[in-house]
Amino acid sequence: MYKYDAIDRQLINERVEQFRDQVSRWQSGELTGDEFRPLRLQNGLYVQRHAPMLRIAVPYGMMNTAQLRKLAFVARTYDRGYGHFSTRHNCQFNWPKIEDCPDILGHLAEVDMHAIQTSGNCLRNITTDQFAGVAADEVIDPRPLAEILRQWTTFHPEFAFLPRKFKIAISGTREDRAVTWFHDIGLHLKEVNGETGFTVIVGGGLGRTPIRGQIVREFLPWQHLLTYCEAILRVYNRQGRRDNAYKARIKILVQALGVEAFSQLVEEEWAHGKDGPATLTQAEYDRVAAHFTAPAYAQVAGEDASFAQHRQDNPAFARWLERNTHPHRVAGYRAVTLSLKQHGVAPGDITADQMEIVADLADHFSFGELRISHEQNIILADVQEAHLYALWLTAKGAGLATPNIGLLTGIICCPGGDFCDLANAKSIPIANAIQARFDDLDYLFDIGEIDLNISGCMNACGHHHVGHIGVLGVDKNEAEFYQVTLGGRQGNDARLGKVIGPSFSAEEMPDVVEKIIKVYLDNRHADERFLDTFDRIGIDPFKNLVYEGRAHGKAKAAQTEAA
Amino acid sequence: MAQLIKNNAVTADTWKTLELAEGETPESVALPDGDIIFPFAVWQTRKAEIISRHKRIGLLLNSDDRVEDVAADLDYFIVIAVDFPKFVDGRGYSTASLLRQRYGYQGELRAVGDVLHDQLFFMRRVGFDSYALKDGKDVVHALQAGFSSFSDGYQASTSQPQPYFRRRA
Ligand code: HEM
Ligand code: SF4
Repeated sequence: MYKYDAIDRQLINERVEQFRDQVSRWQSGELTGDEFRPLRLQNGLYVQRHAPMLRIAVPYGMMNTAQLRKLAFVARTYDRGYGHFSTRHNCQFNWPKIEDCPDILGHLAEVDMHAIQTSGNCLRNITTDQFAGVAADEVIDPRPLAEILRQWTTFHPEFAFLPRKFKIAISGTREDRAVTWFHDIGLHLKEVNGETGFTVIVGGGLGRTPIRGQIVREFLPWQHLLTYCEAILRVYNRQGRRDNAYKARIKILVQALGVEAFSQLVEEEWAHGKDGPATLTQAEYDRVAAHFTAPAYAQVAGEDASFAQHRQDNPAFARWLERNTHPHRVAGYRAVTLSLKQHGVAPGDITADQMEIVADLADHFSFGELRISHEQNIILADVQEAHLYALWLTAKGAGLATPNIGLLTGIICCPGGDFCDLANAKSIPIANAIQARFDDLDYLFDIGEIDLNISGCMNACGHHHVGHIGVLGVDKNEAEFYQVTLGGRQGNDARLGKVIGPSFSAEEMPDVVEKIIKVYLDNRHADERFLDTFDRIGIDPFKNLVYEGRAHGKAKAAQTEAA
Repeated sequence: MAQLIKNNAVTADTWKTLELAEGETPESVALPDGDIIFPFAVWQTRKAEIISRHKRIGLLLNSDDRVEDVAADLDYFIVIAVDFPKFVDGRGYSTASLLRQRYGYQGELRAVGDVLHDQLFFMRRVGFDSYALKDGKDVVHALQAGFSSFSDGYQASTSQPQPYFRRRA
């Protein structure tokens, strides 16, 4: 994992002091509320439904155990004993006091953590996939370039006040797990004729106007990463709309100009910066990459006997192995996903006690490091098979071993109306109700791979557009309703889901999901995943069952009138 | 009047900015004498007149004025003021970067408008060297703390064209 050096550390310490000064100038009235707002947002501090919310950056999802223990300390000392991991790998605290935030940031800085640019109209946290460096299908490890981007985006003087937020994701595997098609810039690492570079995708995004990004450059040699991003950002900073916040994202600019014209502008801009001092050097790449070398893996010959035995004897363990562990490129190792999707708990929530247990597990079994996934789980990336049983027992005891990764109850869910000021509807109770309905593990396994994603409003923090089943909270005459989409997906073939029809009340949602599952089970061919069946039979059979006997809209109004 | 920070001190501003009153157009406005900062639109329409009457000329760029349109004229200006209509409108940073880095403008580059303490560090990094701080702000504290928020930056920029990675020991 990247280790801060003197300059990295100095900058975040200076940030703490800068923010302390900003809070105190706001308290004294020297900074107005309007002036303070963008400043606190650029430091991850929101004012929410109940209290402020502080969003701590976890750059490209990587953390060490000292950092996780510090989060546990913050959760206990300044919050209500828990934190929430979001779909952008960050850690959110929902109950801090504004006046405590400088101190919290001070504690975090001791372990090289901060809240820099986790919100606001600026360059946000860089994301990648949770198996970076260990994935069996990895072509190039994205982490060194993600770290180089982290540094470049941090306090970029020209791009601190953009028209809107700006998110960059980078993926280095054959199968994209970083949702690169739905970011402002998506970078897909690849090798062409022995040369490393990126396909550059621009203008994707979820939210109010969900748009799949478009390729602006098929291949960009890696040395030009910063100068090319600089060109994109400069075009966006100068030409992006500022008159309407809903039309200010780069996706709208790309749509308005057309991808060819946009990419032409970027090339013209880039011609000036290309090969300039910001061109990356092999020396810098090597310096950063040296932080991401493989840990001291044990040489494992053949399968561990006790591991094989436990797997055979213990179906629950075997089930967990199947769902919550992932192939590793080193023989005898697996990556483990600790599920933060225990039924009945808000997805992504983790208590301070659990954080400490995870830290202990990571210290014992995974070289003291962990990652946060955009599915809101924790990954221990380098676990020897011989240790999996012991790890499982502990994780199970701590409620972190629900074997539902990739299954229907492993729901991605935003905080929704329980916490979020922007919400149109609650989302956590919907997730919990669906988890309760599908509590039978055998049934859940039989249903197989399904991404169910829930957002409490069209900002789409719960990525509902790319869920195989997506649920969106909507507000109708000040009552909470839920709109369902089907067929969305992440990955290389990332697509937006299609709305199936009028929305449902909260009480209806478990039934609706059950009907959707029934259509799938009734129609599936052997070994067909939900998504495959959906692609084969289309949306109509699902609509027909879900809306069976149900009149709505004008039809309903007509019925009511007639009655 | 805005307080001008220049050369690390609060300075009296010798320049006046030409403002168009209600009903006045760039064509019709009277051109005053003295050290005047002319809005870009006035410069565009009255260039010859201004050059013949003034030895010392200033230019005001709004956030949607294009640097490209004035690039050929830069030698005329002693000061270029870049307006920040709101401090969250970040176009002026790109304007400054382009003026300094691409077009080699060497004169005074002044940030005007909604200029606050918390932007000074970034503004200096992109090449501003004078700042008309918004009225009513604590200019002394801004001078003490605003420019030194951070001891360095990672990126290549006007004030430090070598990115940090090229300067690492
Ligand atoms: C008796 C048959 C149906 C009639 C007369 C009918 C009529 C309508 C009307 C008038 C609306 C507009 C509602 C409004 O804005 O007030 C509407 C909305 C809609 N209906 Fe239907 N509909 C019928 C069945 C269906 C079925 C079976 C589906 C799909 C399974 C469907 C899908 C939709 C969708 C996607 C919308 C728009 C989304 C929304 O308003 O939330 N409709 N329908
Ligand atoms: S999707 Fe909406 S409700 Fe959910 S966290 Fe985002 S803004 Fe809040």
